[in-house]
Amino acid sequence: MKKKYLVTIYSIAIFFFVVLYLSLNKNNIYTTQENIGKKISVIQLNYFDKPGEFNIQEISNFNFTLLNFWASWCGPCRKEHKHLVELSRNSNLKIIGVNFKDDKKNAMEFLKEMGNPFFILTKDPEGKKSVNFGIYGIPETILINKDLKILKKYVGPLSDKDVREIQRIIKK
Amino acid sequence: MLSSFGISVSTISLLLSLSLLYLSYYDLKLSNNKISKKIYKFAFSQILFTFLSFITLIIAYVISDFSLINVYENSHTTKPLFYKISGAWGNHEGSLLLWINILVLFSFLFLILNKDKNKNFKLYTIIFQNLLISTFLIFLLTNSNPFSLLYPIPTEGMGLNPILQDPALAIHPPLLYLGFVGSSIYFSIALAALITKVDSKSLALTIKPWVSVSWTFQTLGILVGSIWAYYELGWGGFWFWDPVENSSLMPWFLMTALLHSVLVLERRIGLYSWVIILSILTFTMSVVGTFLVRSGILNSVHTFANDPSRGLFILSFLALMVFSSIFIFFKYAPAENKNYKIFSKESFILINNWFMVFFLAVVLIGTLYPVFLDTLTGQKISVGPPYYNFILAPFLLPLLFLMTSGPKHKWISSNVIGIFNIALFTSIILFFVFFLSIKEGGLLLLLILLFSTYLITQTTFDFYETFKNKNINLSRIISHFGFGLLILSISLNQIFSVEKSFNARLGDEKNFLNYTIKFNNLETFSKNNFKSVKGHFEIIDKKNIISQKLTPEIRVYNQPETITYEASINTKLFSDTYLTMSNISNTDIFNVKFQKKPFMNFIWFSVLLISFGGILQFLRLKKRV
Amino acid sequence: MRVLSLIIISFLIITISYGNESKTYKILKNLRCLVCQGQTISDSNSDFALTIKEVVTEKVNEGLSEKEIYYFLSDKYGDWILFNTPLKKNSYLLWFMPYVLFILGGAILYIMIKKRTEKIK
Repeated sequence: MKKKYLVTIYSIAIFFFVVLYLSLNKNNIYTTQENIGKKISVIQLNYFDKPGEFNIQEISNFNFTLLNFWASWCGPCRKEHKHLVELSRNSNLKIIGVNFKDDKKNAMEFLKEMGNPFFILTKDPEGKKSVNFGIYGIPETILINKDLKILKKYVGPLSDKDVREIQRIIKK
Repeated sequence: MLSSFGISVSTISLLLSLSLLYLSYYDLKLSNNKISKKIYKFAFSQILFTFLSFITLIIAYVISDFSLINVYENSHTTKPLFYKISGAWGNHEGSLLLWINILVLFSFLFLILNKDKNKNFKLYTIIFQNLLISTFLIFLLTNSNPFSLLYPIPTEGMGLNPILQDPALAIHPPLLYLGFVGSSIYFSIALAALITKVDSKSLALTIKPWVSVSWTFQTLGILVGSIWAYYELGWGGFWFWDPVENSSLMPWFLMTALLHSVLVLERRIGLYSWVIILSILTFTMSVVGTFLVRSGILNSVHTFANDPSRGLFILSFLALMVFSSIFIFFKYAPAENKNYKIFSKESFILINNWFMVFFLAVVLIGTLYPVFLDTLTGQKISVGPPYYNFILAPFLLPLLFLMTSGPKHKWISSNVIGIFNIALFTSIILFFVFFLSIKEGGLLLLLILLFSTYLITQTTFDFYETFKNKNINLSRIISHFGFGLLILSISLNQIFSVEKSFNARLGDEKNFLNYTIKFNNLETFSKNNFKSVKGHFEIIDKKNIISQKLTPEIRVYNQPETITYEASINTKLFSDTYLTMSNISNTDIFNVKFQKKPFMNFIWFSVLLISFGGILQFLRLKKRV
Repeated sequence: MRVLSLIIISFLIITISYGNESKTYKILKNLRCLVCQGQTISDSNSDFALTIKEVVTEKVNEGLSEKEIYYFLSDKYGDWILFNTPLKKNSYLLWFMPYVLFILGGAILYIMIKKRTEKIK
């Protein structure tokens, strides 16, 4: 009887410790990966430097679309920009920029200095529309296919590895 | 210089702890009745050297010796002296040293205060306590050394996070550690009692003062922590069911349970194993809390810097501790003495324990569930205040009722009638007064109001009785009264809180309900470690024709660069007015948040009363001994 | 299951919606600020929190119900953003375990006390 109790308690404790041990090695940074596989919402985004709105559904005309949220005040955006320029040379991929809570003049200077990789550039000065894409800080980048399905979501600046991954996906 | 001195002193105290282990073990086999003088001498040097290492660290902070990584990372020359000192325990390494100091302090006090106890019982306690001490010292020296050197020596430190530069937060860790690290001593006592087969009465008498002391400090520590959160974090709340807060609450529930069940153990024979289990669990929960806070597996408002290797060490220690204490328990647990009757006071105390363990379970489940779910399935969910409120609030009703009626029962046996008395009648009348004046709030909340007034009136009557009858336990009455008042104040605070947030420019005026808020002036100034934007607001209460001036601030600290939002609080006896502001980026618009927080003082005061009960209990014990 | 969750939700509304908070404040208190270590959106002054505050205010003014707003946000940011954990397959244990444990504890206590009374007689 005593032994049975002992074994039960020990097994429960072991279970607890194993899970806690595994949790130690988990990355704690929250990424909205749950959005992968979902279709993007129907949203109208204002053009950056002209009146009128861009309907995000129009990207079904492109094979692959990379939706990039950036701002001139954001340091990491500066870091990842060269990767965007590199990716923009790819004919299979169109990059759509969303200028996030930014000052127009600063943003234009930023592009002048760093190059403009964006096929279409839109803006979200209040950041409210970006909520529809699950954006909570920039830079964030979303890879979308022809069927408007989200294939990949990158929180934080794109790395070399991410660029290679994107290139692999769009080759197919 | 200080570094090598600090390391040597800590190493010596580790050696002393190991020698104490050896000496105590050796002394067990000797047949004399008294503990050898040598052990006292070693214990004395141990506490001396441990204190010395802590003092060394404090000195390093005071003179800003940046050759120590720890000082460099957490201090700055421009910091006021008080915060230089408190900075010593405001970080992982330094607070670990404080941990060890408290372990040693309790071990030493136990040794000198229990002169006439059974020798082997004492020796085993010292052995277990020193096992804890030496493990933590090894952890300190190998993994989290506050005396580690930095080269080249920087000329300036990185500074202490400004929200931690606060008097409440300076005393919060020592209070809390005296509470839950203090529980280590009855962990050791419990294991020693099992092995040496100490009888229940002397176990109860040995444990009781330590339980009251640690419980009192734990209560005070939690109080100071929530006062700090209330005025410093700038959201007007005082309890958020945050994992770190939960970590301090979990041992508290068990200490409360223990505080009650020890009463039974002392007066009559029973609950021996249960008290032992509770003692072991309390310290286990303290270590679990430490693990959760320091391993970085949780997402919390108050975080320590994360480092998985720390987590791994604490987890291994915890596992070792749990497995060996379960083993010892099963090997030595005696057969229980059975002599009970239903509706006796013991049953009520067991019901208290049932509730406390249940509360503990809820908090533990709420804290760990997201971690477990994430680890096992990769799904992330949040568990927050709505969960705890929903699960726990209904259980407050029976708890409050039992706190009122339970203590009215005599020892051995009694019957249920007699509970429904004048106190209940009074509180029902009071309840209707409330009901008519409130008109809103859910049924549950109203019932909680009723039951807490019942508890308050009943304990007030009990209090009058103590003048006639000196034998009544005053500490119980005061703590229970405090708890009733706490629940009442929290409920009223919930009901009558007013909140309004709006955007405003300088010169704007905002009208709502009976209030007018004028944004009169904006002032910028800088002090030696921060720059500040201060808003001058006038709040006019049209119903009571009172005008108050409040000045919330946005501070930008330079070392380290941090923005803090300083709430401006006007405290009145019955109600606080709480104002914060934040600027909306790239504009001259400010987001202003106005809050009316009634009965805050009553909340703080009632927790003070609860802990005061603990102090009285301790003093009563002293008198009797 | 649906009835049960309805009961729980209505209970939640009763227990949480004390006082004068408008719907918006209530919703904001139940949302987690993703960028600020466990604070609620309501309590946070971060940029992200300010944006969500505005979005929620807009949605409330558009006439969306509380539930619809929670659904919208959890669709975009995952359940992590909801502090009032929704009752789903992955949270059954979380919501029901406490009650099971309470009853279990009560049963053990009852049996123990009962056993002891009988021995006296």
